[in-house]
Amino acid sequence: MDDLRYMEMPVDQDTKISASNVQIYYGDNQAIKDVNVEIADKTVTAFIGPSGCGKSTFLRCLNRMNDTIDICRVEGTIKIDGDDIYDNAVDPVQLRAKVGMVFQKPNPFPKSIYDNVAYGPKVHGLAKSKADLDVIVEKALRRGAIWDEVKDRLHAPGTGLSGGQQQRLCIARAVATEPEVLLMDEPCSALDPIATAQVEELIDELRQSYSLVIVTHSMQQAARVSQRTAFFHLGNLVEFGDTSQIFTNPQDSRTESYITGRIG
Amino acid sequence: MTDASNAAPLREKKSLLVVDARTKKRNAAEARFKMYGIIAITLGLLFLAVLLTTIISRGTGAFTQTFISVPVELREDKLDKKGNRNLEDIKKVSTFGYNPLLGDALSAVIAEGGFTTEITKSKELRKLLSSSAVGQMRAYVIENTDQIGQTVTFDFFASSRVDGYIKGRVTREDLARDKNLSAEHLDLVDQMIEAGVVRKKFNPSFIFGADASESRPEQAGLGVSMLGSLFMMLVVLFLALPIGVAASIYLEEFAPKNRLTDLIEVNISNLAAVPSIVFGILGLAFFIQFCGGYLGIAAMKASAPLVGGLVLTLMTLPTIIISTRAALKAVPPSIRDAALGVGASKMQTVFHHVLPLAAPGILTGTIIGLAQALGETAPLLLIGMVGYIASNYPDSVLSGFTDPNSAMPAQIFEWAKRADPAFYERAWGGIIILLVFLMTMNIIAILLRRRFERRW
Repeated sequence: MDDLRYMEMPVDQDTKISASNVQIYYGDNQAIKDVNVEIADKTVTAFIGPSGCGKSTFLRCLNRMNDTIDICRVEGTIKIDGDDIYDNAVDPVQLRAKVGMVFQKPNPFPKSIYDNVAYGPKVHGLAKSKADLDVIVEKALRRGAIWDEVKDRLHAPGTGLSGGQQQRLCIARAVATEPEVLLMDEPCSALDPIATAQVEELIDELRQSYSLVIVTHSMQQAARVSQRTAFFHLGNLVEFGDTSQIFTNPQDSRTESYITGRIG
Repeated sequence: MTDASNAAPLREKKSLLVVDARTKKRNAAEARFKMYGIIAITLGLLFLAVLLTTIISRGTGAFTQTFISVPVELREDKLDKKGNRNLEDIKKVSTFGYNPLLGDALSAVIAEGGFTTEITKSKELRKLLSSSAVGQMRAYVIENTDQIGQTVTFDFFASSRVDGYIKGRVTREDLARDKNLSAEHLDLVDQMIEAGVVRKKFNPSFIFGADASESRPEQAGLGVSMLGSLFMMLVVLFLALPIGVAASIYLEEFAPKNRLTDLIEVNISNLAAVPSIVFGILGLAFFIQFCGGYLGIAAMKASAPLVGGLVLTLMTLPTIIISTRAALKAVPPSIRDAALGVGASKMQTVFHHVLPLAAPGILTGTIIGLAQALGETAPLLLIGMVGYIASNYPDSVLSGFTDPNSAMPAQIFEWAKRADPAFYERAWGGIIILLVFLMTMNIIAILLRRRFERRW
């Protein structure tokens, strides 16, 4: 059934990430079973599914954040621009510069707003001078749609901002290293509706430059921000297709049950 | 429709204003528990108060000492017979040569003050003074040869019996069978107090001086053993902190979680509970006998603060490792995720983000470890850092690490086991100084924690 849907994919976007036969284990426990997925460039892809279905696990494998968990084991291949990211030659640090990540809970460093954003570029040596760095920080904060709110207090602690502002700061921090892919793990679950709306608007703007993958529990959010949606259930990728098709005309009965609220 | 809705209600309906028996029982239990807590804290405070008042009431006496001011004529015919002020000749006059000068000077004081006493013999008179008096005079003369022939007023330590009499420790009855002093002496002392010749005043040499022999408690001080403690703490700080922090960072952030690291972890916890005397015998066997004796490393010898510091380092390491690991664990994982997520390497994550956040905890642990090491006695006794060794200041900073020395707690232990009750008072006084050090270190720990604590 998967093959049929792939043929319906719009062909105007290149494939950025392609995963084939991915199995993920936590010790003896298989969290992800045989997932094949192609994530397009300059597109928002949403991962939905009930809690514990493995969507966050899969997301964290796309920039090898799961390397920090000793018992986590990944099989199969995940390619970004044709390069296997689990190849021995790949340094996860370089990979993470290319594939940025925003987490569920806003997690700014307990440092100034400026230092929060400047940290990534500094680590990767993107700025040659202080003036360069200033430009990068401003650009990132503007992309994070938070520049106007913080431009007068760049040296105030990032932890003093409100939840929504903190999350946009984290997005700014992630885009400051100029990644090509941005992974977002339930970026709005700790935010109120207004902050959520701001972040969603931001996601839509970021789509112009990046390939975005967002994990969300809110089906409305998936419907609002994404162009493609993948539905995970019990570690399986049940259905993957255009968002409009998934929400209006699901092919699998499990997908239909989930989006109509009967399972999950 | 569920089964539950059909069942009879478990609780009968009652007014909220009526407290039922079960609630009363629960409230009573809670009230009792609170009371136990208050009793426990009150008892604790009571013991603390008893401890502090005992220490202070018994120890403060050690900070004051009885002095007798005596003008002594430094007669040339006794001290420099040739009269050419040759230092070598002057040094040939031993402390015995000064005895007659002292006896004469005391007789003169009695005559001048118009005191009435039966005691006339020089030897008997000198019992009023510490036997350190002649040494003090000799040292002064060697320093100031130009003063020979002049009359110089010295402030001599009174003998420990006289000091005890003034502090209320020694009575006339006690002296009945004491060959060191008699009741007549005390009559004389009474007159001398009135004339202001005998005075009790603050005695800095208790804090800064060296230990003295068993017969001169009035002269004994804590200064040299304090230096011994200082040099040991330097060794501990510069070895235990870097080793401990490096080990903790590796174990906590980098090491794979497997059998081996589990085993290491358990053993570190166990090491923290190993009796300190075991570390002492280890230090004796390894540092002194193996490194110093078999390998012939000259600095590794008995009683050297370097060896003491190494032993205390071994003892402090588990404390530092445990508290550092706790501090690292307390840093929220979201900070690590954030740093890794922007592409920092593991080491950058640890050194840029985790370590600064853990620093207050690490510092607190280190200072508490140091304070523990400062008060440790048993292992030092095994490696020969016993109290009576602390009778000379080290010649230089470097030799401070290798010259035989003692440490504050060992010095206090030494005083406490000596026979003369005058030492007993000094042991309590030493405890006060030790406690002041420990309190200062704890206050520094608190201040550092306040200063570096960051919230997120």
